Amino acid sequence: MITAENITYSIGSHRILANICATFNPGRVTAILGPNGAGKSTFLKCLTGALKPDEGSVTVDGRDLHQYSLTELSRRRAVLSQANPISFPFTAHEIVVMGRNPYSLEKTTASNAEIADEALALVDAWHLRDRAFPTLSGGEQQRVQFARVISQIWEQEGASLFLDEPTSALDLKHQHQLLELVQILSTEKNLTVVIVMHDLNLAYYSTDHCYFIKDGGIQGGEDSKDLIKADIISEIFDLPKEYAAMRFGGQFAD
Amino acid sequence: MSLLERTVPMPSFLKQVRIPALLLLGLLLLGVAAVATSIGAVSIPLTGIIGADLTDQQMAVLSSIRLPRVLLAIIVGSALAVSGAAMQGLFRNPLADPGLIGIATSAALAVAIVIVLAGPITGYFGLYAMSIAAFVGALVACFVIFRFAKLTGTFSVTYMLLTGIAINAMSAAGVGFLTFLSDDQQLRTLTFWTMGSLGGALWVSVIVVTTIIVPSGLILIRNARELNVLLLGENEAQYLGVDVERLKRTIVICTALSVGAAISVSGIIGFIGLVVPHLVRLTLGPDHRLLIPASAFLGAIMLLLADTVARTIVVPAEMPVGILTSMIGGPFFLWLLIKQYSGRFGL
Repeated sequence: MITAENITYSIGSHRILANICATFNPGRVTAILGPNGAGKSTFLKCLTGALKPDEGSVTVDGRDLHQYSLTELSRRRAVLSQANPISFPFTAHEIVVMGRNPYSLEKTTASNAEIADEALALVDAWHLRDRAFPTLSGGEQQRVQFARVISQIWEQEGASLFLDEPTSALDLKHQHQLLELVQILSTEKNLTVVIVMHDLNLAYYSTDHCYFIKDGGIQGGEDSKDLIKADIISEIFDLPKEYAAMRFGGQFAD
Repeated sequence: MSLLERTVPMPSFLKQVRIPALLLLGLLLLGVAAVATSIGAVSIPLTGIIGADLTDQQMAVLSSIRLPRVLLAIIVGSALAVSGAAMQGLFRNPLADPGLIGIATSAALAVAIVIVLAGPITGYFGLYAMSIAAFVGALVACFVIFRFAKLTGTFSVTYMLLTGIAINAMSAAGVGFLTFLSDDQQLRTLTFWTMGSLGGALWVSVIVVTTIIVPSGLILIRNARELNVLLLGENEAQYLGVDVERLKRTIVICTALSVGAAISVSGIIGFIGLVVPHLVRLTLGPDHRLLIPASAFLGAIMLLLADTVARTIVVPAEMPVGILTSMIGGPFFLWLLIKQYSGRFGL
């Protein structure tokens, strides 16, 4: 379980996050939604330990995030960031094997390579195995990076998985596959999954809970199906009521 | 999930290729070294060396001129290539070369300051002092480049190269000013530094640079796996358990030490650090566990070849080897630019 307590984060005099509290449970997929520039990625970085909040704390399974060593953390949580270009011709398989870095000293190279292969197969990218990563399309790169991230916590129970817009470059089929896989992993391996996303439709159908971040504040935390509704969406995203009703009204009836 | 059946564990490319490739490069280096030892203003036949059948003059040339020079070319060449490979990993870009981004010129400026202000210094102490000066110069340049390349928030290649241009210009101005101040003897030494030459090879310089370059290179090889992970991005590497700040510090210090040591004995020899790692990547792939040691061998081979050509092509005179490497390296860099912009590297 991951708990954020009163997180405040500023850059200069600009306050990006203010007194944010949130809880993320194992075995559940939670979406973080909100307008551009609302502070979603910054919040995610605070949760993963890439940024240290000015005030407040993040606890992972009851222990402060910054009390974990880098190696301990690397086995407890994996993070898929937004696209990060790689200018060297590593093969897709080599990229995924890097996900096994936390285990490079105790597991054999062969077993790490095997896990990387299985992860590639899971994201429907096994055929890209020996292709140079920089030559892959945006969506293919995203799937390979996702394979790297799940191989990092491959044998862990109850670890956490953070995804920052994991489906932004994916076609419909692979969006569906990836999120289905996330749901399966979260249930079977009791993962705490946190996804920053923009597609409310996808969030509605494939996440358990959701939070909204707007102007550095947070709200929500209940079931996605109760929260992703025309009136709430129109308020969060400053949409005209009629437009929100048209987009997120009737079609979401169960 | 039925796709899982297709996964057949394959032997790793690295494991298969590493030993044979390094052995081959090692043998090649031995061959080139043998030829380089043998030819020159005074020819020293290999059969004579093996059979210990040399004239006194040949013996003298071999032991006090030829051998130190060949060894210095090997060690300096490998230092430049290894630093290039490590810098490119650190800056996550194949265009980072200690010469291009101003690290070498900044080191040369530091050396020039020592030469002009402290007067002629020789021997072990002097060489170590110059190496340390060059190291400090290289370190300052690395620091400045890092700060400026990150001005935009994320690391910018454009800013890295532009900062390099600025540092190169400022260092050139500094060296120019020192040239203006210096006497004839100092002038000669300075010119030699800015052109790059192995002509001053002595056993002292071989010993001094080897004691600096070999440990730095070994430390870089030890960090090769983490350097691979760093290419995913700094945050990503941290998520994967890499202590990014420590790793960056280690790489900067080791490369600055190697480049500094190399420059203090040979001046600025450009493009080895750019061309060699690139050729290795093209043939053996980008994995630093193979890239760094293979670059060490290939860098040694290339500089030894270039230096042998430089000292035999216009006998009895001698061309500074830096001119030769830049003549080959410049067009190569342009070719690399064209290739990058045709989208191969996804910049």
